[in-house]
This record gives sequence, structure tokens and C-alpha cells, in this order.
Amino acid sequence: MTLPEVVLGVMFVGLIAYGLFGGADFGAGVWDLLAGGTRRGRRQRELIEHSIGPVWEANHVWLIFVLVVLWTAFSGAFVAITTTLYVPMTLAAFGMIARGAAFAFRKSVTTLPLRRFLGASFALSSLVTPYFLGATVGGVASGRVPPGIAAGDVVTSWVNPTSTLGGVLAVLVCSYLAAVFLCGDARRDGHDDLASQFRARALVTAAVTGLVGLAGLFVLRADAPLLFDGLVGRALPVVVVSVLAGGAAIVLLLRRSYVPARIASSVAVATILVGWAVAQYPYVLPPALTIGDAARGEATLTAMLVSLVLGSLVLVPSLVYLYVLFQRPSSVGDPAGPGPLPSSGNGGPVARSGPMMGS
Amino acid sequence: MDQYAAFAEVALAGATDNVVPARLQMGVSLGWHIIFSCFGVAFPAIVVFTEWRAHVRGNADLRNLARTWSKAMGVLFAAGAVSGTLLSFEMGILWPGLIERYGEVVGFPFVLEGFAFFIEAIFVGIYLFGWDRMSPRAHMLSALPMIVSGVAGAFFVIAANGWMNNPTGFSVDATGRVVDADPVGAMFGPSTWAQFTHMLIAAYMVTGFTVASVFAVAMLRGRRDRYHRSGLLIPLTAAAIATPFQFGVGDWIANVVAENQPVKLAAMEGHFETGTAVPLSLGGLYVDDELRWALEVPWGLSLLVTHDPNGEVVGLDSVPAEQRPPVNAVHLAYNAMVGIASALVLVALWLGWSWWRRRRIPRSDWFLRAVAVSGVAAVVAMEAGWLTTEIGRQPYIVYGLLRTADAVSPAPGLFLGFYAVVVIYVLLTVLTVVVLRRLAGSHDTPAPQEGSPERQEVFR
Repeated sequence: MTLPEVVLGVMFVGLIAYGLFGGADFGAGVWDLLAGGTRRGRRQRELIEHSIGPVWEANHVWLIFVLVVLWTAFSGAFVAITTTLYVPMTLAAFGMIARGAAFAFRKSVTTLPLRRFLGASFALSSLVTPYFLGATVGGVASGRVPPGIAAGDVVTSWVNPTSTLGGVLAVLVCSYLAAVFLCGDARRDGHDDLASQFRARALVTAAVTGLVGLAGLFVLRADAPLLFDGLVGRALPVVVVSVLAGGAAIVLLLRRSYVPARIASSVAVATILVGWAVAQYPYVLPPALTIGDAARGEATLTAMLVSLVLGSLVLVPSLVYLYVLFQRPSSVGDPAGPGPLPSSGNGGPVARSGPMMGS
Repeated sequence: MDQYAAFAEVALAGATDNVVPARLQMGVSLGWHIIFSCFGVAFPAIVVFTEWRAHVRGNADLRNLARTWSKAMGVLFAAGAVSGTLLSFEMGILWPGLIERYGEVVGFPFVLEGFAFFIEAIFVGIYLFGWDRMSPRAHMLSALPMIVSGVAGAFFVIAANGWMNNPTGFSVDATGRVVDADPVGAMFGPSTWAQFTHMLIAAYMVTGFTVASVFAVAMLRGRRDRYHRSGLLIPLTAAAIATPFQFGVGDWIANVVAENQPVKLAAMEGHFETGTAVPLSLGGLYVDDELRWALEVPWGLSLLVTHDPNGEVVGLDSVPAEQRPPVNAVHLAYNAMVGIASALVLVALWLGWSWWRRRRIPRSDWFLRAVAVSGVAAVVAMEAGWLTTEIGRQPYIVYGLLRTADAVSPAPGLFLGFYAVVVIYVLLTVLTVVVLRRLAGSHDTPAPQEGSPERQEVFR
């Protein structure tokens, strides 16, 4: 492997992490959207909020990594993508703002109209943001982003069959991942009925995702032949692994083995992304710009690689600590977690945090 | 029908006209983000200091204060995080010319900043979650990575901005392409340390004065208990200690600018003609290559810049008109920054005097009124300083090498993005204020990073 390929590979690990953690996070927002009326959906929304509450910020920093590594090491490709596809990328960025702010602030407000507004903002942007990110990927993968600044069409680069497929698949995959993750969280917190509900959703989204994926192959064959050839050619083993992992996940879900199902689902999703990368190799921007051509100076790439490795030594343990801290059963760690909750107002939460909180 | 056509023309304007919407969009998003970044840099240390004092003295009021502040810190961090995400898109969407040509030189500090921000996000979550769940010692220890990464993140971003002011760490071949990029060396150009120190102190000033001003308002409304007195005293002391240092650093940075960006300094002072024994000008307006109605301090500028009353100071006439920044904007922003900072020093001295003589906060309502205003004033001063350095660098995005007009994206429709950004940030500001007010009113309001106690009665 060449140095540029290693750097791009490390960036791709970040992209996979974003796809899994950020993806599940987006999907949770989609389920929030579909949870039903204020009262009927309350418990589901509580579970969702409880599951992603403490980690939502960390889950999305992966994307910033992907962007800064791209713009430093593959500057030309980065500006070609951002300028040609600036409409979906701007909309995705707006979605991230609306989503993050709404989710963060929702729990701090009590008035129902404002909570509803923030909830709607969170849920709707959870739907549109992954769509635009998927459409962006579709634009790149189908060869609609030529090298150069704003050299591609700012509309058809993301309004086209492959982008639509990418967007729809992104939403479906995120929803599927979230449903699988939430099954486990619900059971861990002792909500078996919620776990069953999300199990059903996971199975339905798995089926729909599979069908869309199959139909998508025909779309790709017609609209993005280079990518299609790669997928059924060089990337075929990866695609097969993805299909097998997806099948295993369904079996595990049917048997209610939620933790192994999480792993199998993560593998299935990660291999979709890897399959795209392998199919597109050696191009950063097919069919014109290769990894080697797009890469910048060696000193920069080396500095990046060193900092990525050293930085990971600090980052990964911290991240693991964060996840471990919040994966503990909430009934033990958080007396105010799901389950019978204190009535509210000042009584409950003050009791929760001890005598220090009153003032 | 005509006005729609005119609107479409403006909204979809491309190419050269894009400088205006792109700069406006960048200005709004960065100007908004920078305020929240200040809190990300300075607030953790103030909160942890308060927590430490609470443990040392067994003081419930201080503990309450630290806990409420930590939640406010969480809210501000969340707002800063979401707005920061947009910026990483905008670097490519709005300024592709910068990234394409110099991305490999200036991108590296952003990679490091990504790590710093990641660590900060993780430990903000852990710190907020850890109240009542960890021992006090472990809890305060968990805050250390948060404090360090906040400061480190500021350093990396400032290093990138310092590079834009004084680009170093690469050479250019005959075709203008960057060769021999040295991304590590590029982070340590002549501007970096002065700019970083300036910004670090500014962060403490903004955070300290702003938090203190909230408590000053409460005290003016009659809530003068121990909780509110400490809430005013701790952040105000931090700001009061920081402020006098800012003047020393200000002199340092002015000298760095004089040496490396003489035209920027000339614009800051509204100084047209290169000459000796140059006076320092306060206020005034720059009209027809002349600063009018300004208050002049004889030999002032020469003395400050060259440490010699007869020293020579380069003026705006040293470069052709098209290489000068808009003088009035830079001059007025610079004067606003210095003027407000001078007023803030008086507040700091007032507090210091009273504490030294009587070991207490000044009793006068006028002091509380001054503190109440100081928060907004500090934010305005910081924004003015930021405008000074950014507008002062114009017409260049990379000083002397790349014009802003050559870095902007030629894609059509950038004005629409600007309008959307304005709408989104107005909403975001309103929401942040609502949430912070709610937090101040009820201490059990959860922060964004906390596990949330649901308030069920809302849904019944």
C-alpha cells in the first residue's frame, strides 16, 4: 500500500465509525419521528433519548475528522466534492445543526409546544440529513464530480438515480442500525415490550433495505456502470460478506440475541461502505482522479499519519470509557432513567441529585 | 414580477459576486461560533476551580454553583459543537481556492483540532454525567482532559489563522503550486504565539465577564445571597486578573503585526503616509486618505511600534490602493476593542481595590451595573478584535499570496446559503437563550450531555 492509500484508509475507518455510530444516531431520530403521537410515543422517545443522550456529540465528531483529513491530504478532491455538491452538503450541515441543537435543548425545556417544535426539528432533520449525505456519496460514486472547483453540475450531481438510491439507502441503513441497537438497550433497561417493537422494526427495515439494495443494483448498472462493475467484480467478496452478515443479523434478531445481532449488523453496514470503497478503487473521484494523483505532499501525509496514530492512542481509550460508562444498566447507574419516574417539578430531580440542588 | 427577477439575480449571482455572500456567511457562522468557543476554552477551568473550592470548604452554595455552571457549560458546548460542524463544511464550500492551493499546509492544525475537540466532547459528557456518580477527586480529575483539550483546540485553530496572517512552512514552484509543505513548521509562524495568548486571555475575559454579568443582574434585582455573591466574584476575579495582561499582550501582537503586516497596522491606526514621529490616533474617520476628527497622541504610534518617538512607521501609501483593507472598518473595530478593554480594566481595578481594602465586592449599585454591562462589552470587544484581524488581512485570505476574491467558490446561489445561515443562527440564538434562562431558573434542568429525567406531567 502506498502512503496516500494508508492515509485514505485511516480516513475511511473514521467514515465507517461515523456510519455506525453517527448512523445509529440518525436512525434513532428517524424512529423518534415515527414513534407516534406525543403520548403513545413517549416511552420510545425516552428510550431513544436515553440511549443517545450522552454520546450524540462524540458520535458526530467522526465526520469532522473525515472532512479535515480529506481537505488536508486530498485537497483537490475535497474542494471538487464540496463545490460541486455544495447544495446537499450545506443542507446536510444545516440538518446537523438543527438536529444537534434540537436534541440537546429539548430535554432542557418543559413547555409542550417548544418541546414539540424541537422534537419535530430533531426527528425531521434526522431523516433528511442522512439522505443528503447518501446523495452526496451517490454523486461522487457515480462519477458526477469532476476534478476542479465547481466543475460539476450543482443540480444533477445530486439529483440523479444513484444519488437518490444513496440517500434512500442511507436513511434505511441508519434506521435499521438504530432499531438493532435500541433492541439491546431496551432489553438491558428491562423494557422487553419496547425491545420487541424495535425488533419488529429492525426486521422490517432489514427486509426493505435488502429489497432496495437489490433493486439498486439495476439502478447502478444503468446509471453508474463503473461502480456497478466494481461491485460485482473486485468488491464482490466484500458484498458477499455484507449479505451474509446481514442474513446472520436477521437470524440473530429472530432468536432475540441482540448483542450478537448488533455485531453482525455493524459488520453488514461496515462492509457496504468498504464495498463502495473497493468498487471505486483506485479513484477518489471516478473516473478521472486517482488516489495517487489526488494525494498531496509526503511531509503532510506523514505528519497526518503520525498524528492520527498518536491521537488515536488518546482518543480510543477515552471513547471506550465514555461508551462503557453509559452502557451500564441505567437502573443502577441512573436512578432517574427509564422505568417508574419521579413525578417531576422540583420533587423528583432534586431527590435524584441529593440535597445540593435546591437553592 | 420584476422584483422576483431581481431577487433571483442576486440570489443566484455567481463568480466574482460570490465574495460578498461568502464572506457574510463565513462572518456570521464564525462570529457566532467564536463566542461559544470562548466558553469551551475558559469555562471548564472556572467550573472546576469552583468545584474544588466547594470541596475544600464544604460549601453547598459553591457546589450548587459549580453544578449549575457545568450544565450551562454543557449547553454552550453543544451550541458551539453544532455550529462548528458547519464551519468544516464551509471551508470547502465557500473557500475552495484556499483549500485547493494551501490545504496541505493549513489543514494539519485542523486535524489536531479535531482530536482536541473530540476529547473535549467526550470529557464534557463524562464530567456532566459524573456528578454524584464519582468521587470528588475522580470527578475533578476527569475534568482535566476537558480543560487541556479546550485550550489545545484553541491553539490549533489560532495556529491556522496565524498562518493565514503570516504564511510560512512551504515553498512555491514556478507555476505557483505548493511544494515542500512543512505542516508542522507552518503552525509556528510569527503570529501564532501572540495571537494564541491574545485569544486565550480574551476567552477568559468573555467567559468571566459574561457569567459575572448574569449574577450582577440577579443581585441588582435583590438576590444578594452567598450563592449570587460567589457567582459574581469567581468569574469576575478570573476576568479581572486576565484583563490587565491583555494590554501587554496587545502591545506584543501590535508589534508582530507591525513587523509582518505593516499595512494592517496602518489600517488599524488609519495611518496613510509613511513617516517618522507618528502620533497615535484614537477614533476619527478615514476620508480621502486622511484620518479626520481623531484624537492624536503625539509620537504615540512611533513609540509603541518602534519604541522610539521618532521611529518610522509604514503607512497605507506603501502599497497600491487595491492592496489596502477597508480602513474605516478596521480602524473603528480596533478602536472599539481597545476602548472597551480599557473600560473593562477600570471594572477590574474597582474590584481589585475593594478587595484589597475591604475584602469584599464593591457595595455600590453602580459597580453591579458596570459588571452587568461588562459581559456584552467583552463579547463586543472580542468580536471587534476578530473583525480587526480578519478585515485587516483583506484583500488577502492568505496574506500577500492569495486574494479572497480568488479563493471563493464560483458556484451559483451562495446568497441563498447566507440567508439560510442567518435564519438558522437567529433561531439557534433564541433557543440557546431560552435554555440558559430555564437553567438559571431551575437547577434541576438537565444539560444536553446528561441522562435526562423526563418531566412526565407535560405529557399527561
